[in-house]
Amino acid sequence: MEKPPAIVANGLTRRFGDLTAVDSLDLEVRAGEVLGFLGHNGAGKTTTVRLLNGVLTATAGSARVLGLDPAVDGAELRRRTGVLTETPSVDERLTASENLNIYAELYGVSENTIHKRVAGLLDMFQLADRANDRVSGFSRGMKQRLALARALLHQPELLFLDEPTSGLDPVSTRQVHTLIRELSRNGGHTVFLCTHNLEEAQRLCDRVAVLEQGRVVALGTPTELAHNLGQGVRLELETAPGSVAAALEVLAAFRDARDVSQTDGHPRLTLALPVRDNIPQLVSNLVAADVPLYRITPQEPTLEDVYFALHENKES
Amino acid sequence: MNWRAIKAIVRRDLLAVVRSKGVMLPLILVPIVLMIIMPAAMGRFGPAMTEIPGANVPDVAQLLEIMPESMLAQYERYNTDQLLIIFTLVYMFAPMFLIMPLMVASVVAADSFAGEKERNTLEALIYTPTTDLELFTGKVLSAWVPALLVSLVGFVLYGLTVNISAWPTMQEIFFPNATWLVLVFWVAPGAAGLGLGATVLVSSRVNSFQEANQIAGVVVLPIVILVIAQASGVMYLSLALTVVLGIVIWLIAIALLWVGVRTFRRSEIIARH
Ligand SMILES: Nc1ncnc2c1ncn2[C@@H]1O[C@H](COP(=O)(O)OP(=O)(O)O)[C@@H](O)[C@H]1O
Ligand SMILES: [Mg+2]
Repeated sequence: MEKPPAIVANGLTRRFGDLTAVDSLDLEVRAGEVLGFLGHNGAGKTTTVRLLNGVLTATAGSARVLGLDPAVDGAELRRRTGVLTETPSVDERLTASENLNIYAELYGVSENTIHKRVAGLLDMFQLADRANDRVSGFSRGMKQRLALARALLHQPELLFLDEPTSGLDPVSTRQVHTLIRELSRNGGHTVFLCTHNLEEAQRLCDRVAVLEQGRVVALGTPTELAHNLGQGVRLELETAPGSVAAALEVLAAFRDARDVSQTDGHPRLTLALPVRDNIPQLVSNLVAADVPLYRITPQEPTLEDVYFALHENKES
Repeated sequence: MNWRAIKAIVRRDLLAVVRSKGVMLPLILVPIVLMIIMPAAMGRFGPAMTEIPGANVPDVAQLLEIMPESMLAQYERYNTDQLLIIFTLVYMFAPMFLIMPLMVASVVAADSFAGEKERNTLEALIYTPTTDLELFTGKVLSAWVPALLVSLVGFVLYGLTVNISAWPTMQEIFFPNATWLVLVFWVAPGAAGLGLGATVLVSSRVNSFQEANQIAGVVVLPIVILVIAQASGVMYLSLALTVVLGIVIWLIAIALLWVGVRTFRRSEIIARH
């Protein structure tokens, strides 16, 4: 039997004066998936997280999160969600372990598991040797890891991560990415990942909702999103230096090939085809013309392509 | 009410207070000055200072004149020097004592309500499974408990200081009297509530510890006026008057806290943020 969805939003709206930060949001997040909530600054990501956790009231519309109405059962709901806020929001005057201990109490972690849980998380986030140091001396990455540990203290079913890697160095970013993947794979957590980083969404998310000015403008798996935009498929092929001319001839004769170009001074060509199914025919034409093929690589469209295509569609 | 969460909030705020020099300094200095240095100087040197022309020491004859009959009766057996000690250390200093609960509650509340906005630590707290009332209660207790503790410690220190420093003049233990006990156990908790309530309301409108602290400092003003009134002999804090003062202070405190709890909504705090 399929689990009920973790989040359902119906026409969820929040206005601040004249500004509509979240605009009639309809969204369903499946239990156990990593949903990317992709949008640039000011798109309404943080506001949505606040609405879904019942810490901000909606102007209109409704939501059910883990079967609860955040506007009514906020405290009950927050027992089961974990939130990594956009700024780490850790207590700088307290030590790492004090931060975690106090939040474990606040989240109702049972008295006899607190010690083990806190020690385990400090270990997992490589903060064990700094456990008794004040957080004021921590780097941005360490604070972020501490905040992430704090969000996991009560083993929440649903985890909200608001830009978990913004401002982190590449090493910390990779650590956080690995952790998110582990959490969803082994922990069975549902993850709601807000990000403005296309690559991050593509690498981590099962599905991505693209948010713009408070509205979801596209939703699907990263691959689906890319393909639905009808950009076709881009190919890169490599041949022998002496065969570039012959290859170009074949490509010119191939009706569906577009945007053919050669990488300067290299026997490498890129081109676009309308659909993947054109690839075998092209390969057999090249082989028939005795063009030696060292490599032919389809380049999956990236979310970046999606993002810009969405903008272009809107402008035209 | 989730008392475990409330306790955790109190622990968190108090740890933060103890580790902040800016907050701790007034909490330590003010009681030392008010409850030890000033009364010690008065107790030890007050009587001798009446001999020095121009010294700022109250004139006992004048004080006697305005003292109510009922009070006068109980002090018949004392000489002028002893009366000076009693007037100053038992009566004049009494309102000064109230500065402590007011100030401590107000400084800690400024740190816990307004300072938290500044430090950006409120957001994580807001996402915890606490209700608005639990959050508010936790933060109120974080200011109220230390205010009472400091007052109690201040009272004990004051008692020791005045009895010891004035021993040469008094030759007996003259402090505390009933008025002081009412002051410590009835008026001071109310005064803490008043300082706290005023600061909570101020804190919701400002964004930093300093600002909240400065504006909330205004609540100390009535006490200062009380001290001056007392010194110039306009009024004496008799037992009955102290009980009534307590009632008034408690009513104001309750009214302020009532408004505070009604306006403490996490959804509004975060929207204003
Ligand atoms: N408390 C607030 N008061 C007024 N405007 C706000 C408030 N919070 C957010 N906004 C506005 O709502 C829009 C969405 O903000 P936010 O949800 O923080 O976006 P994101 O997290 O995607 O960057 C922005 O234009 C922001 O300025
Ligand atoms: Mg944001």
